[in-house]
Amino acid sequence: MTRQFNAGEHGVAVHIEHCAKTFADGTQALGPVTLEVARGETVVLLGPSGCGKTTLLRIIAGLETPDAGGRVLFNKSEVTRVPIERRNVGMVFQSYALFPNMNVADNIAYGLKIRGVNAAERSARIAELVALTGIEGLERRRVDQLSGGQRQRVALARAVAVRPSVLLLDEPLTALDAALRERLRGELNRLLRTLGITTIYVTHDQSEAMALGDRIVVMRKGAIAQSGTPREIYFAPANRFVAEFVGAANILDAAYSNGSLLVPGGKLLAPDAYENPKDRVLVMIRPESIRIVAVDGAGLCGRVESLNFVGDRQRVAIAEVAAKPIMVDAPNSIPLEVGERVGLVIDPSAVRLLPGDPP
Amino acid sequence: MTMRDRLIFALQLLFTILVAAFLIVPAVLSMLAGITVNYFRGIQSGLTLQWVVQVWQLYSDTIFRSFLIALATLGVTLVVGIPAAYALHLRSDRFSRAIEEIITLPLAIPGLALALALLLTYGGFSDFRRSWLFILAGHAIFTLPFMVRSVMAVFGAIDVKTLDEGAASLGATPWRRFRDVIVPNAMPGILAGSLMVVTLSLGEFNLTWMLHTPLTKTLPVGLADSYASMRLEVASAYTLVFFLMIIPLLVAMQMFARQRAGAASL
Repeated sequence: MTRQFNAGEHGVAVHIEHCAKTFADGTQALGPVTLEVARGETVVLLGPSGCGKTTLLRIIAGLETPDAGGRVLFNKSEVTRVPIERRNVGMVFQSYALFPNMNVADNIAYGLKIRGVNAAERSARIAELVALTGIEGLERRRVDQLSGGQRQRVALARAVAVRPSVLLLDEPLTALDAALRERLRGELNRLLRTLGITTIYVTHDQSEAMALGDRIVVMRKGAIAQSGTPREIYFAPANRFVAEFVGAANILDAAYSNGSLLVPGGKLLAPDAYENPKDRVLVMIRPESIRIVAVDGAGLCGRVESLNFVGDRQRVAIAEVAAKPIMVDAPNSIPLEVGERVGLVIDPSAVRLLPGDPP
Repeated sequence: MTMRDRLIFALQLLFTILVAAFLIVPAVLSMLAGITVNYFRGIQSGLTLQWVVQVWQLYSDTIFRSFLIALATLGVTLVVGIPAAYALHLRSDRFSRAIEEIITLPLAIPGLALALALLLTYGGFSDFRRSWLFILAGHAIFTLPFMVRSVMAVFGAIDVKTLDEGAASLGATPWRRFRDVIVPNAMPGILAGSLMVVTLSLGEFNLTWMLHTPLTKTLPVGLADSYASMRLEVASAYTLVFFLMIIPLLVAMQMFARQRAGAASL
């Protein structure tokens, strides 16, 4: 029985319902997770190692079966028990899984060969894909004659060659060095936009997630911590974990009083949207939304504890503001010295209240 | 020369002398004996090919039978051993480890005991008992672990599981994956295993001596037979014939294996 999920040009919508995974040794890798991925959408599963993101991807791929009660649907038809070879997915593995016994062209064409596509059509598709992924001239190379970046492109070309219903990428850039990773991230982004196919991308790297995702699903301990656009995740994290995992964050334990938040270093204005205040709250402030000003007349003051010049800006640790030093990203032109007392200005809209009680 | 260099030199010299004394000299003497007119009078009695001709006349059937059995053993271990190694590697749980141990058991059990067990169980099927297939069964049991182990060693080195998943993601059925991806990438292990299986089968004596009938002697059994019942010169000539048959085969197989391994790593 061969089932074809008519992919159309942009793939299928993917629905994951109550998918949990408990392994044979009893460890639960994934709690019951429900997730919808729209047709043509790029969703990034982001989280630290062991958060269940790869397990979820493997369930979507058909490499793992969810525990009883879980369902996976492609365009409303259930595929939970359909093995990977009949799901028409395209998959890029962290180690690429290129076949060492085949050259680049044969690797790319393998899925087409399996589908019985004739030789003429195959070579046309190979030509199209090597051009798309920028690996012209490497067709006859053996896999072990390729650099890491070239392997990554071949793996991608091989996965999309079959016009998959959904493209699944498992940490595809992790094995590369930093500079190459950044360049390929840009290329990958362009390619995914060009293809416009439903894509699910797993990574632990938040900058990759920001750059590539239409939507980011932050995962923690087998559950979804937050799902939203990169901007939502960054500016309005749902909880402390997301705030700290995505970008740098200052978490302050503050006392609320009459529209102001009081911390050891002074006071700052609470955001307007803040209603029904409790006495003590947790707030999050991104380092780049704090401005350093003269100490005179500032409502919030601290002492420069350390300076870290990173080129385009300087990251300043300021003590005596809260229980722990807070991080401030200041322009690289401001002269600052360790030990100096400074004033701080924070726009109320940049102060994000986090749920939960302070410790 | 420092003290250390001198010590290393002395050890190397000792090793060389031991190899010569116990490996090369006996082999050469034995082969010389096979072409000496009278071994007890030594080489001055003259050289002759009469013993070699006599061996060929008496035992040429054992030579062909040995090659037949070796190739058939290779066939069996390939057909059984490669899929077994694949399956054992993919499901590395307690059950598969137990199976692996059981497959490996014939290495530890004396060949005589294995042969006895085979005789006890199947000795009653007289047609089977009388044919060379009975010896084949013994050889297959004895050599299978070598094939399985050397193929599994390659599987352990190339992350065969991810390759398998990669092929599956592209739509390949388990059989296509095995044929297109698993076997070609396991080739170095398959060749090494094959070399070992053929060598072991050709030289196997313990098991074969118990399992053979007067009409199903193999090369090593024939050698024992000639040593027990013929002149020493004939037995030695047999050794010579054995070398002449085996060495070109082994060299050819080694070259083939190296060529394939070279092609695989290009």
